[in-house]
Amino acid sequence: MTLFIEQCLNGVQFGLLLFLLAAGLTLVFGIMDLVNLAHGSLYMVGAYFAATLTAWTGSFVLGAVLALVGTLLVGMAVEVIAMRRLYGRDHLDHVLGTFGLILFFDEAVRLIWGPEGLSLPLPSWLNTSVTILPGIQYSAYRLSIIIVALAVAAVLYLLVMRTRVGMLIRAGASNREMVGALGVNIKLLYTLVFGLGAALAGLAGLMQAPILTVQIGMGENILILAFVITVIGGIGSIRGAFIAAILVGFVDTLGRSYLPDILRLVLSPNAAATAAPALSSMLIYLVMAVVLVVRPEGLFPAVRK
Amino acid sequence: MRQTLLAAGTALMLAAGPAIAQQKSIKIGFVSTFSGPVAVIGNDMRNSFELALDHMGRKMAGMPVEVIYEDDGFKPEVGKQKTEKLIEADHVDFIAGYIWSNVLLASLKPVVDSKTFLVIANAGASQVAGELCSPYVFSTSWQNDQTPEAMGMYMNQKGVNSVFLIGPNYAAGKDMLDGVSHTFKGKIVGRELTTWPSQLDFSAELAKAKAANPDAIFVFYPGKAGVQFLAQYAQAGLKGNIPLYTAFTIDETSLPLQKELALGVPGAQEWVNDLPNEANKKFVADYMKKYPGHRPSFYGAQSYDAANLIASAVAAVKGDLSDKEALRKAFERADFKSVRGNFKFGNNHIPIQNFYVQDVVKDASGDYVLKTTATIVKDYQDLSHSKCPMK
Amino acid sequence: MNSALTVRNIVVCALLVALALLPAYVKITGNIFVLTLFTRIVILGLAAVSLNLMLGFGGMMSFGHAAYLGIGGYAVGILAHEGIYSGLVQWPVALLASAVFALVVGALSLRTRGVYFIMITLAFAQMAYYIIAGLARYGGDDGLTIYKRSQFLAPLDLTNKVQFYYVCVALLFGAIYLVHRLVNSRFGLVVQGSRSNDLRMRAIGFPTYRYRLTCFVIAGTLGGLAGALIANNTDFVSPSMMYWTRSGDLIIMVVLGGMGSVVGPLIGAVALLVLEELLSGITEYWQIILGPLLLLVVLFARGGIDGLLSQIRARVAA
Repeated sequence: MTLFIEQCLNGVQFGLLLFLLAAGLTLVFGIMDLVNLAHGSLYMVGAYFAATLTAWTGSFVLGAVLALVGTLLVGMAVEVIAMRRLYGRDHLDHVLGTFGLILFFDEAVRLIWGPEGLSLPLPSWLNTSVTILPGIQYSAYRLSIIIVALAVAAVLYLLVMRTRVGMLIRAGASNREMVGALGVNIKLLYTLVFGLGAALAGLAGLMQAPILTVQIGMGENILILAFVITVIGGIGSIRGAFIAAILVGFVDTLGRSYLPDILRLVLSPNAAATAAPALSSMLIYLVMAVVLVVRPEGLFPAVRK
Repeated sequence: MRQTLLAAGTALMLAAGPAIAQQKSIKIGFVSTFSGPVAVIGNDMRNSFELALDHMGRKMAGMPVEVIYEDDGFKPEVGKQKTEKLIEADHVDFIAGYIWSNVLLASLKPVVDSKTFLVIANAGASQVAGELCSPYVFSTSWQNDQTPEAMGMYMNQKGVNSVFLIGPNYAAGKDMLDGVSHTFKGKIVGRELTTWPSQLDFSAELAKAKAANPDAIFVFYPGKAGVQFLAQYAQAGLKGNIPLYTAFTIDETSLPLQKELALGVPGAQEWVNDLPNEANKKFVADYMKKYPGHRPSFYGAQSYDAANLIASAVAAVKGDLSDKEALRKAFERADFKSVRGNFKFGNNHIPIQNFYVQDVVKDASGDYVLKTTATIVKDYQDLSHSKCPMK
Repeated sequence: MNSALTVRNIVVCALLVALALLPAYVKITGNIFVLTLFTRIVILGLAAVSLNLMLGFGGMMSFGHAAYLGIGGYAVGILAHEGIYSGLVQWPVALLASAVFALVVGALSLRTRGVYFIMITLAFAQMAYYIIAGLARYGGDDGLTIYKRSQFLAPLDLTNKVQFYYVCVALLFGAIYLVHRLVNSRFGLVVQGSRSNDLRMRAIGFPTYRYRLTCFVIAGTLGGLAGALIANNTDFVSPSMMYWTRSGDLIIMVVLGGMGSVVGPLIGAVALLVLEELLSGITEYWQIILGPLLLLVVLFARGGIDGLLSQIRARVAA
C-alpha cells in the first residue's frame, strides 16, 4: 500500500514536470500555430543555466531564479530572430526549421559547456525525506517539485483566465487577425508568449536536473512526451495539457512499476524484465493513438480554428 | 585533442629518423566514451593510457606510438562505426578501450574479421569470455560475472540472507545481477532492471526494494547513474535501514560527487588504489602529479595495464607486427608489470586475478577515498572459460 | 528553346555516373573507406527517395519513416539470428513486413491531416521502436550483430564490398526509376493533386484515400528495402535505427536535396553525408553550422539544392 502511494506521488510529480514542459508547447502551438521542436532545447538550456549559476552564486534558489530569467531571455531572442519568420508557414517548415535549431543548440551547448554534461547537486535542506503520512516517507525535493509546479499551474490559470494579458492570449488564439486589427501589438504579445513558454520549459529542465541529468540532447526524449501530451490534451488548451500530463505521468510511472510484475505472470522473468520497460513506454503512445482516433481534437480542445 | 595527438605523432615520426623496415610507428585506436555524463570515465581511461605511454617514453620497441581516440557516444552503433573507421581508414595496428559491453559486442565483428588485436580495458561481456572468444581479443579487465560473484561471496561472509537486486537493462547489467546469484547462498527477493542509459530516476525500484524488506540491496550502476542512485537511496530513507552492497557503483570517478553518501557502502573490485606493489604506487603517485585534484580509478588502472600489455607484446616480437601468431603468443604470456601485482591470462584471455573489498573512508585531509579492507578471493577465474574453445 | 541540357540536369547526370563508376576510382586510389562511405550514402539515398514519394509528392508528412528501415533491417537480422541466411527469404520478408506495417499505420493515420498526421505517424514509429527494443531475444537496446550476410545464389556475394555496392546502386537506380514512373503516371497525378487540393480531387470523383494509402505503402516498402541493405552493410541492427530523430535526419536529406524532384533526395543524401564527413574532419562542432543552414534552406530555398540548381538555368537562359 505504501508502495502504491509512493508510486502515485511519483506519477503526479513526473506528470507535473511534463505539464510545465507541455504548457509552453501548447500555448505556442495554440496561439501562434507554431510547431516548435526546439522546445526541448529550451528545457536543456534552463538546466545548464541553473547548474552553472547555482555553482557560481552558491545558492540553489538564486541560481534557479536567475536561470529562469536567462531562459526567458533566450526564448525571446529565439522568437525574434528565428520564429517570427516561420509564422503562417506550413507545419513542415516549422518542423524542419526548429529541427535545425535543435542541432544548433546541442552544438552550442557542447561548445560552451563541453561534452560531459554538468551536475546540479541538491542543497542539504532539500536532500532529505519528509513524513507525509504515518509510515510513509517521501523525498522532500520531489515534494517541492509538486508544490512548485502546482503553484505555477495556478498562476498560469489566473494569468490566462483573469488578466488582460490572458484575455489577449485567448483572443489571439481564437482570431489573431482580429486582435491585430484591434490595435493590439500582436508581435510583442507573441514574443512574450514564446518567452513564457521558454521559461516554463526552463523551469522543468532545472527542476529535474538534481534527480535526473544535465546533458546534451536531454530535451529530445522528453520532447516527444510533451507533444503527445499536447495532442491528447488538445492543442492550445492549458487545462487539457494539465490533465493529459497527469494522466501520462501516472501511466508511465505506474506502468514502469507494475507492468513487470503483471508480465511475469505470463512471461519468463528475463523476458518480462526486458519487455516491461518497452511496453510501459509504448502505453503512452497507445493512449495517444486511441485519443486521436476517437476524439482527434484532443480531450479538452481550446478553440475552433 | 585528436588533432594535437595526430600532429604530435607525426612530428615524432619525422623526428624518429630512419624507420625500421616494415613499421614506422605503432598506431593504436582507443574507443571510449568522451561525451555525456560518463565522459569522466573515458577521460580517466585516456589519462591513464597517456600516463603509461609517458612512462615508456612514448615508444614501443623503439618506434613512436600514435594513439587515435574515438568517442562512441555511449551508443553501440556509433562505437561500431568508429571501430570500423579506425581499422579501415586509419589502419591502426591495435585497438583498445571499450567501457560498455554492448558497444564492445557491436564492435567485435569488424575487429575479429580484420584480425586486428584488441585489448579490452573495461567491458566484460560474458560472451567474449565464452563462445565468442578469439585469438585476437584480450582483456585487462574481467568478465562481468567475476566482480558480482565476488560480492556474492562477501555477502555470504557477512551473513546476508536475502537480497534485492537492481541494475541497468543491458548486457553488463544482466551479467552483474546474474553474477551475484551464482555465488550468493541466500534468497533473492527481487530483481529489477531499469532502462539504460536514459532512466536515472530509480524511485520506482527503490520503493519496491523497500516494500520487499530484504537484508540488503545489491546494485550495479556505473558512472553518473551511480551518483544518482546513492542520492535517491538516501532520499528514500533507506540509508541506515537496508545496507547496500555494490559493484562498479562507487569508484574514484563517482566518489567526488557521492561524498558522504558512499560512506559505509562496500564494493568489490579487482584493483584498489592502495594495492601494495611498485607499479601501482608509481601509477597512482604519477597520476595524481600529472592530473592534480584527480585520482585514478579502476578504469584507468585497466587502461594503464592495457598500454603496458601492448608494449610487452610489441617488444617480444621486436616491432615486427606482421607475425600475428608470434604476437598472439606474446600477448598470452602477458610479460609486463601490472598494477594488480601478478597478472596471468586464462585460456579465454581473461585475467585470473584477486578480488578485494573496497570501503569508503575519510582520509586525514578530509577527502573521501577508497581503501582495501579485505581480500575476498584469490586467483579467481571466470566461469565462462569452459565455453571458450581455445586452449 | 526547351533544352534538356540544363545545369541541373548535367549535375544530376554527373552524380549518377560518378556513383556508377565509384568502384573504379576506389580500385585506382586504393581508398576503401570511400567505398564504405558511399555504400552508406547510396543506401540512405534510397531511403530518402522512398520518403520523398510520400512526403514530397504525396504531401504526407510522415515523421516515422525510420520505422520501415528498422523493420526491414530487423527482418534480416532476426532471420539471420534464427539461422535463415538466404536473401531470397529474408528480403521478401523484409519488404512484406514493412508493407504490412505501412498499411496499418497508413490506414489509421491517413484519416487525419496536418500536425495530427505528423504526430500519429511519429507515435506508431515510436511504438515500433519500443517493441523492438523490448525483444530480449534479439538484443533489445544493445542491438543484434549479424554474423552472416544475406546469401544469394553464387557468384553474388554480399560480403564482397564492390559487389555489394553495385547491388545497392542498382536498387537505388531501380527505385528512382520506379518513383519516376509512378509520379508521372495517372496514379501519381492523382496523389499530387490530392496533395494540392484533396477536396477538389474527391469532388471530381477520385477515391483519394485509397490512392494515398497505396502511395504510403509503396514508400514504406521501399524504406524496408533500404533497411535490409543497412543490415547487410553494417552487419548490425539496433532499435536506434528507428528512433524519431533518424526520421528527422531523412527529412533533412529530402528537404535539403529538393522535394520537388525524384532525384532531389539523393542529392540531399550525398550533400549531407559528404558534408558531414568533410566538416567533421575540420571541426567537431560542424552541426552548429548545419542547424542554422537547415533553417535558412527552409526559409529561403524551399526547393533545396535541386531547386537552386534549376534556378541557375532560368537566370542563364534569360
